[in-house]
Amino acid sequence: MARVVLFSGHYGSGKTNLAAEYALHLAEQGTAVSLADLDIVNPYFRAKDARDVLERAGVRFISSPYANSNVDTPALPAESYSIIHDRSRHAVVDVGGDDRGALALGRYARSIAEEGDYAMYLVANFYRPLTRSAAALDEVRREIETACALRFTAIVNNSNLGKSTTPQSVSATDRIAKEAAELMGIPLAATTVRADLRDGVSELIDGRIIPITLHFKEEWAI
Amino acid sequence: MSEKVLMKGNEALAEAAIAAGCRHYLGYPITPQTEVAAYMAKRMPKIGGTFLQAESEIAAINMVIGVSSAGKRAMTSSSSPGIALKSEGLSYLAGCDLPALVVNVQRGGPGLGGIQPSQSDYFLATRAGGHGDFHMIVLAPATVQEMADFAIKGFELADKYRMVTMILADGVLGQMMEPVSLDFGEIKQFDKPWAAVGTNGGRRHNIVNSLCLEPTQLEQWNIDRYKRYEQVMANEQRAEEYMTDDADVICVAYGATARVTKNAIAMARAKGIKAGLIRPITLWPFPKKIVGAAAKKAKAFVSVEMSMGQMIEDVELSIRCSRPVLLCNRSGGMIPTPEEVLAKIEEASKMGGAD
Repeated sequence: MARVVLFSGHYGSGKTNLAAEYALHLAEQGTAVSLADLDIVNPYFRAKDARDVLERAGVRFISSPYANSNVDTPALPAESYSIIHDRSRHAVVDVGGDDRGALALGRYARSIAEEGDYAMYLVANFYRPLTRSAAALDEVRREIETACALRFTAIVNNSNLGKSTTPQSVSATDRIAKEAAELMGIPLAATTVRADLRDGVSELIDGRIIPITLHFKEEWAI
Repeated sequence: MSEKVLMKGNEALAEAAIAAGCRHYLGYPITPQTEVAAYMAKRMPKIGGTFLQAESEIAAINMVIGVSSAGKRAMTSSSSPGIALKSEGLSYLAGCDLPALVVNVQRGGPGLGGIQPSQSDYFLATRAGGHGDFHMIVLAPATVQEMADFAIKGFELADKYRMVTMILADGVLGQMMEPVSLDFGEIKQFDKPWAAVGTNGGRRHNIVNSLCLEPTQLEQWNIDRYKRYEQVMANEQRAEEYMTDDADVICVAYGATARVTKNAIAMARAKGIKAGLIRPITLWPFPKKIVGAAAKKAKAFVSVEMSMGQMIEDVELSIRCSRPVLLCNRSGGMIPTPEEVLAKIEEASKMGGAD
């Protein structure tokens, strides 16, 4: 288990939810873990929305003091450096979407690479219009790697259609996810699905399936 | 794979504009609409279109005037303070009778305000988009699918009536993700014999202009333009009616607040209160016929808004103040909760009475 685990990818792919979910998972196992929100791009649907849940579970949460406020300032707190310097704790990093979001990771990249104990997951939703194919995802991968100076170590297939997601819609993306993994020369680590769809999906595809809970609820949902 | 994709409202709107034949997007970044520009920047170069980040919102709307004068489908988008900057251009577009699609993904104001969702540009969109006598057609989407569909519809209405169509969305609709179908069927295109595209020596010059120093002529232009507006008012009023048939209390809400209100109506019905929703889809023309007809049966109305109370005036005008109209509102980037709307529905249910 890598000490530093980074979630990156095209924006709107589900990185923030997966990062929160993974940090909660580590905390439940008794691991000392920090979750760093490095998203300086997205103004809405930030990790901070799940802050209460995370902190109750014992996750140390690091975020811009301006996140979710009305100050549209792309700033990161000095505390972010603790993900590198404090090696007694595990660190989960929610990287902002696309190359623009990943740029902020660049300042920590050399230290993360030198320590050499990290995993960086390319979170993919093949129902997002700009990552519909393996080739399109590969384009996003190259842009992010150039921006942050770190290489992805595996793909997580988080393909979903929001509330309309079915086991069939998930399994239909399995072939593309494997194709992408082959194209990039990195493994497909897992397919992540809403917990109630897990059994349905496991009947349709092989490989590791991880059930997840959605941590971002909206009052305007209908 | 399924024919649907998962998109943010801002992206769906941009993709639909491209499907509508828009190849000229002129913009300037501002939260929470920046994804429209970002998406266009990715897509336009791949399809031979033009994405241009202007030096300001004002420059962008003036470029829209140029593109539209040449008969092409032109689009710009911004968020509240940026739309205010465009108001001179909106007035010039109206004065030149030029079609265009202008998108406002509203945020809290006034002034620089905030970046969270708001509906406080209702007056700006429906009353005072700029100086002079003019209107814009104003469409209010409430789902990501409608963000896409109304981009198509918006271009069609703009070309049909030679008017600006404004899509009045908000930060929720711009940022939220929902599955969306991008199959729009046949896209209507319109002849533009007025476009300034060169005469090839074969006809008189077309001149696109809003300047008229002869007052009798300028008055006539205004009268002719308002005859067109009357057609729009007669033909284009649209609203969704939700559980209104037996409703004692009618909520009126558009966009994101309509979504919250539907949840509140379910809660009210569970308590035995007959509540319904009229969701205006066109804010100009306001669906006066539908709202007015509802006053014949309903006892009271609730206007649900993310503003200090703007649309409520159109509700009162539509029913000629014949029923009480309560305001349920939040502002500054706050969204009303279903519980807050329910409380107003309960209050309204104890008011008024049939004739």
